[in-house]
Amino acid sequence: MPLPVESNEKYAAYAHPERLVSTQWVADNLGAENLVVLESDEDILLYSTGHVPGALKIDWHTELNDEVTRDYVDGEGFAALMQAKGISRESTVVIYGDKSNWWAAYALWVFTLFGHEDVRLMDGGRDKWIAEGRELSTQKPAVSPSQYPVIERSDEAIRAFLPQVLEHLGNPLIDVRSAEEYIGERTHMPNYPEEGALRGGHIPSAASVPWARAAAEDGTFRSRAELEAIYLDEAGLKPGDDVVAYCRIGERSSHTWFVLKHLLGFESVRNYDGSWTEWGNAVGVPIVRGAEQGEVPAKRGVRA
Amino acid sequence: MSTIPAELAEIIEEFTEVPEADRLELLLEYSRELPELPERLAEHPELFEQVVECQSPLFLVVEVSAADANPVSLFFSAPPEAPTTRGFASVLAAGLDGKDAAAILAVPDDMPQQLGLTRALSPLRMRGMTAMLGRIKRQIAEQLAA
Repeated sequence: MPLPVESNEKYAAYAHPERLVSTQWVADNLGAENLVVLESDEDILLYSTGHVPGALKIDWHTELNDEVTRDYVDGEGFAALMQAKGISRESTVVIYGDKSNWWAAYALWVFTLFGHEDVRLMDGGRDKWIAEGRELSTQKPAVSPSQYPVIERSDEAIRAFLPQVLEHLGNPLIDVRSAEEYIGERTHMPNYPEEGALRGGHIPSAASVPWARAAAEDGTFRSRAELEAIYLDEAGLKPGDDVVAYCRIGERSSHTWFVLKHLLGFESVRNYDGSWTEWGNAVGVPIVRGAEQGEVPAKRGVRA
Repeated sequence: MSTIPAELAEIIEEFTEVPEADRLELLLEYSRELPELPERLAEHPELFEQVVECQSPLFLVVEVSAADANPVSLFFSAPPEAPTTRGFASVLAAGLDGKDAAAILAVPDDMPQQLGLTRALSPLRMRGMTAMLGRIKRQIAEQLAA
């Protein structure tokens, strides 16, 4: 049985209120049968310094990414990971993390690639839990391994690859990186060329909406009205639009994907996880440098 | 020639001789041992250089003494909610604080990769660590030239 959906005025205004729970909801439901709470952080040592009691750690880098290919784990890898964390296909999974749930949203997006039905974010994440003075534990919870079926990953609906982004040109794109990255003023990257991109700038016509604008001071998501002011009025999205979001490697844009898909209710939103570390290095794709969104080129580069 | 001072070499050995899973625990232990700032610096944030390549805020002060062989004092400041950044700062503090300028300048730029954490930590994190060492070396070179 899935756990009850939290109902309050703020969440009721969102398109899919069942995707969010508050810190209080988590505190009230800790230990409930069928609930698994996961912490997904940018700083992977944070979990060990203290976490929500009973929560397990999920590591985006070593557990959700394939170790060799630039891709996510496959169905068998995901099933093994779920079993090791005591998650079954019917589990209610609540994910939270540091930095306004940036990496938590990334983990949630990967769960969605495997069609895990009931996966939610804890609004405000780790920082809000701590700010409220709630209990932290350094005890690693015992896990009783579960059964989880091998589900083939389904990328089409929510993931875009480079050729699909080229085809998508002319439809709305949201660049969620910082203004400096969008404009193309890159900081140089001594000793780490493989982390950089050869070219600076953005995908032509992409609107710039840095991901963190969707989060309030306390790390919670902004209200529906505030989000509509940002993404509809300012960035120009219209209900029914087919949207692609991207950043540097696809983590920050997962946060925006969550906002567009679950909070604002856009049916068709894809995260381009190749993002700038692919686009900015790809041969023959069009790039715009500077603050202007730029026009969609008639010729979409030699790759189109 | 690139060489690693004995204290730092011992720390690297400490990391690489334990299984990979335990290396993060070790880094966490180091993060707890990052020395507090002395009072004269704690109240002067303007004296610190920010390592912008780190994903979490890290500030450092490098003091090159005019004494023989120019021994170097290193001071780091990073918040408790950034344990990975603190951990690496603490490794550098334990391994390099008080060493002569030339000894620190001789540390290979890819020393962070030698800790055996490149699988466990993301490339961006590793870059932050490399940048921390790079900025220390640059500050030493600048102060020696001044």
